This record gives sequence, C-alpha cells and structure tokens, in this order.
Amino acid sequence: MDATPRELSYSQAIQEAMALAMEADERVFLMGEDIGVYGGAFQVTGDLVERFGADRVMDTPISELGGAGVAVGAAMTGTRPIFEFQFSDFATLAMEQIVNQAAKMRFMLGGEVSVPVVMRFPAGSGTGAAAQHSQSLEAWLGHVPGLKVIQPATPYDAKGMLLAAVADPDPVMIFEHKLLYKMKGPVPEGHYTVPIGKAEIRREGRDLSIVATSIMVHKSLEAAELLAAEGIDIEVVDLRTIRPMDRATIIASVKKTSRLLCVYEAVKTLGIGAEVSATIAESEAFDYLDAPIVRLGGAETPIPYNPELEKATVPQVPDIVAAARDLVRGKR
Amino acid sequence: MATARKLVDDTQTNLPFAYRQYSAAQLKEVLRKMYLIRRFEEGAEDSYTRGLIHGTMHLSIGQEASALGICMPLTTSDQITSTHRGHGHCIAKGADVKRMFAEFFGKTTGYCKGRGGSMHIADVSMGNLGANGIVAGGIPIAVGAALSAKRMKTGKVVVSFFGDGANNEGAFHEALNMASIWKLPVIFVCENNGYGMSTSTARSTAVKNIADRAAAYSMPGVIVNGNIFSEIAEASHAAVERARAGEGPTLIDSKTYRYRGHSKSDRNRYRTKEEIEDWISNRDPIALFEGELKDFGVIDDRGIDAIRESVRVEIEEGIEYAKASPSPELGDLERFVYTEQA
Ligand SMILES: Cc1ncc(C[n+]2csc(CCOP(=O)(O)OP(=O)(O)O)c2C)c(N)n1
Ligand SMILES: [Mg+2]
Repeated sequence: MDATPRELSYSQAIQEAMALAMEADERVFLMGEDIGVYGGAFQVTGDLVERFGADRVMDTPISELGGAGVAVGAAMTGTRPIFEFQFSDFATLAMEQIVNQAAKMRFMLGGEVSVPVVMRFPAGSGTGAAAQHSQSLEAWLGHVPGLKVIQPATPYDAKGMLLAAVADPDPVMIFEHKLLYKMKGPVPEGHYTVPIGKAEIRREGRDLSIVATSIMVHKSLEAAELLAAEGIDIEVVDLRTIRPMDRATIIASVKKTSRLLCVYEAVKTLGIGAEVSATIAESEAFDYLDAPIVRLGGAETPIPYNPELEKATVPQVPDIVAAARDLVRGKR
Repeated sequence: MATARKLVDDTQTNLPFAYRQYSAAQLKEVLRKMYLIRRFEEGAEDSYTRGLIHGTMHLSIGQEASALGICMPLTTSDQITSTHRGHGHCIAKGADVKRMFAEFFGKTTGYCKGRGGSMHIADVSMGNLGANGIVAGGIPIAVGAALSAKRMKTGKVVVSFFGDGANNEGAFHEALNMASIWKLPVIFVCENNGYGMSTSTARSTAVKNIADRAAAYSMPGVIVNGNIFSEIAEASHAAVERARAGEGPTLIDSKTYRYRGHSKSDRNRYRTKEEIEDWISNRDPIALFEGELKDFGVIDDRGIDAIRESVRVEIEEGIEYAKASPSPELGDLERFVYTEQA
C-alpha cells in the first residue's frame, strides 16, 4: 500500500464527491447561484461546469425559495439534485420549501413519494462577512423531522458523507464551515461513504468528554493536546450528524469519562448543546456524572463585523482549555 | 441639494434636464460627490489590500452617476434603502466619509459602531436606512417606510436601490405589488449593471428590461442611461413628483456597469476584458459628466483640479480619522442586540 495517503482540501473533497456522484448516476445534477463559470462563491464546484456542462451544473437566478422548491420537485420526480446555497444564511429565504415541503412531503403523502434532495450550506463565522453572512443555523433545521442534518468536520468525511447523502432517499442538509474549506486531510480516491447518523471518537481520553461539531472538533482537539501536557486526558467526540443524533456514542463516552463539555459555534441557547446535555440527563450516564455539564457556544448576539468582536463571539481554543480544565479540576 | 435653482431660463429647452434644473454650484457639487464616491472606494480598496480592512466589499466604481442622480430631488428627511453595493448611495444621501471609513476599519466612531462594516453601512440621520447583505432584502423595507410616510402623513418619499439580480427574488415581486395596490410613495431603482455576480441578466431574467416588470404591477417602468447624470436626475424628479402627489410607485431601470469584480473573490471569467475596457474608456459616468460641464461652460480645468484636490484631502483625512479612532470594547460584545432600557 501507498505509504503517504493522498491529501485533498475539504472543498476539493466535496468537489470530487459531486463529480463521482454525477459520473456514476445520470440523475445527479447540481443547482445553485454562480456555481458555473464562477465556480461557486467558495470555489467548491470549481471547474465542474467544464466537465459536466451547464445542463448538469446549473446556474440559477438569485431565487433561493424558488430554486430550493425546484430542487424539491425535481427530487420527488426521479432526479437527484444537489442544491448549493451561496451562504447558509440564505436558508432563511428558502425555509418554506425546506421545512414545509421537503421535510414533510413523504409523510404527508403516506410514504408514496420520497425527496432525495441534497442541500449544501456554507456556514459559520470568521471571514469578516458580518451578521447576515456568518450564522450557524444547523440547529434550526435539526429541529425538523423529515430532514437529516450533517456537519462533516474533515475532508474525508466531507466526501464520504456527501456520497452517503446523494445515495440517501431522504432530504439531507449539509452544513460546511467556511473556514474548513482550505483545510487538508487524507482522502481516498474513488467511491466510499461515511454513514449519516454515526458520531466519531476523534481522540480517546478518560477525564472528560468533549462533544463538538464541525470546526469546533478541531479547536477541541487542539485544546486536548494542550491539556495533555497538564496531565488531563480528554476524549473528543465529533458529532458529525445532528439529526438523527448518535446518542449511544455520547452516552458511552460520558459513562467512561464522567464529565461532559459541549462545544459548538451556533448561539449557545436552545441549540445542539441543550440536546446533547439532555441526552445525558435522560440516560443512565446521568448517574456517572462527577460534575455539572458545561456548554460552550456562540454569544447571544448576531456576528459582529469588527474582527476582535467577531472572534470573541464564538468559542476559541483558550476558552475550551479553560472550561475543560475547570471541569476536570473540580472548579465547577 | 433639493431646492433647485435654474442655470439658464426655460427657453433653452434643447439643454439636457440637469442644466435647466440646477445651478452651477449644484452641478459642481454633483461632480465633487462623484469624485468623492470614486475616491472613497479606491481608498477602501487600497486599505483592504493593505490589510487594514477585513471581510469583503462590493465596489460601485462606474455606477456613481446613478446614486447621485436619484438622490438629487430627495430631501434629507426622505429615506433610502441600499444594497451590498451601497457606498455610493450612502455618500449621495449625505454621509460623512470619515465615519464611513471608521466603520470599514471596525471602529466605534463608525456609522454602525464597527458592528456592520461595508455591507451594512448606513446613516440613519440622513435617511439612509442601510445597505443590506441580503439581495432584495431592502425592497420590502422601503415599502414599509413608505407605508409609514403615508400613514403618518410625513410627506416623505422612499427610494429602494437594488441590483438587476434582485429582480428575481420573490421579495421584489411581492413588494412592488403591495406598493402599487396601496399607492405608496416609493421609487424602485434598479441599478442594472448587467450581472448578478457572474450571471448576466440575459441568463437570469425572462424579460429584456427590468423596467418591463413594472407592467405586471401597474406602475410606470422607466429606462435610463445610468451613466448619464442628467437622464437619471430627470427620471428621479418625475418619480418623486408622482410619489409626493400620492400617485404611487415608479420603477426605474438604470443601465450601468461595474468596473471591478463582484467582490474580492471574483476571477472575472464571465465577461471579457474588451467589454470592461469599452465601458471604462467610452462610457465613464464621471468623464461624461465632466465633458458636459465643460461644454456648457459650468466649469473649467482649473475648477476640476480644485475639486479633485479637495476630494483627495477629504479622503486622506477620513482614513486618518478611521485609523486613529478607538476599537470597540470586548465587554460590549452583546450590546445593541436589544434596546437598552433604563
Ligand atoms: C438572498 C441572497 N442571495 C444571494 C446572495 C449573494 N449575493 C450577494 S450580491 C449577489 C449578486 C447581486 O446581483 P445584483 O442584484 O445585480 O447586484 P450587483 O451585485 O450587481 O450590484 C449575490 C448573488 C445574497 N447576498 N443574498
Ligand atoms: Mg447587477
């Protein structure tokens, strides 16, 4: 076997997955704003239009509600669209089609149809794009039965989970943190899938479980390395899918470590951290807890433009280090 | 700028509108503002390149005449909603470039106290209700402001600026319909630069002119050359008059062009160098306006030089002011989310 595995960036991994899906299945096509010659706002579709043509890499007008609805209708009737939102914030314009139509169609029609649509949402802060282009709205969609909502954190998962999403018979919403697009990692060639609904232990440890999503997985791993030098042994669980949530993996981890810290970028209240915490509170792992559960999430504010304020809005490595240390040292 | 004084008497009807309508001083001020917009954006672009400004920005270089022509008949209490490409609107509506630069630098002295940046630039005191990061987001808001004006009988009119790309959002269609059924004092100004990001209007829009959309909502649809100040001002005067008379909205389709890329991440793959070059060298709104001013004896080269110099100084001072201004305190992170009550 080859000693050094091939590395791709997160965005290249997504692009490769889309290309493989289109090569393998005539029914797969891409829709979105400026995904053709422009290559997508974040260059994720890149030059795919040259390989597959404008018929399969379709530029839409600036019409999120209509565009998403067209994708839903196409998916219901035999095709497999992958719809790119230019920013996840614009999901707000398409909420009707996502929440009332895509999510409920199969149910309302008594299982007579399915809606195998994939929607991709570039998300998160850190680019100086301010309040309307930096949000993390995954928990909004995670609240809706009928949708599956995933947040791959690595190039490997980005490719494998996208291919799983395309193969999935139901609507899958993919939230991609914009700051991950340039991150490189090993990505095998060819087709493979990473299951939707399965969390992944990124680092094993005994003293504390950090359950994190997306870019916070990487920040948590960094924090864990720093704390290892202080003799604190942290387990990092990458949630990967927020609906359906892999509760078994979270429960098993907390039973092992007896402490839980949730780390996510979205606004702290009424979010993923609440769901993960409640999962423990409602399970047998509750009796194993040696400390209160702690959540680190986004501040209770829209994302500000000023770069220092912007950084202060979401958890950073020192925040995770401090919270984890306090938890393990019993200062909570 | 609202009170018009005539440069020449009405018998000279062969002169374009602006030269019949405005005094020499007013026309010179328009030229000054055109330069102010252009140099402001060049200054912002330069500061971005030097890493003094973060995020991204959308420059309206090449579209200056449209912002100024539309704002000519407006008073300071009339209102506008603007777009992601909104620096020109902000300046045309009377903003101080010092405080705009301060906003771009993320400082507390900025119009949005460093929270908004380029894409949310506003100057509420001068009636600018804000740029908008959401394409077409400002259009219904302008209709709402016009509804307030009508209900409260303030006599205000409201202008909504938006791009050609925005005309394919549902919000555009819903807003125009409501403005029309309620006969609201609002003017819809499409700054039609031919592209929404990389997508040309020919590829995105079923009608040839954005003005053609007006028919569906029973309002006048007016096409103007968006690079000729006088044409735009004339259309704006007519629309403002109609709005103030309670006759309802107008849609203006102002054909123009942006020289720069869509934003800071544009490879310009969707248009040719020749096309860009053609607009820059043959249809530049500042060059066209300057030429007219000279032809009609409003200004000479020395006058133009004086304007350029005063703008240069104003821009330089603006950037210095922004650099010297304080950054927000981290402790204020969650301020301004809700109204602070005593
Ligand atoms: C609802 C929404 N969709 C997409 C975008 C991304 N976007 C920002 S500006 C833009 C193009 C807008 O084109 P147009 O309305 O013609 O204005 P222009 O940029 O040409 O001034 C796009 C697609 C956005 N900001 N908001
Ligand atoms: Mg445009």
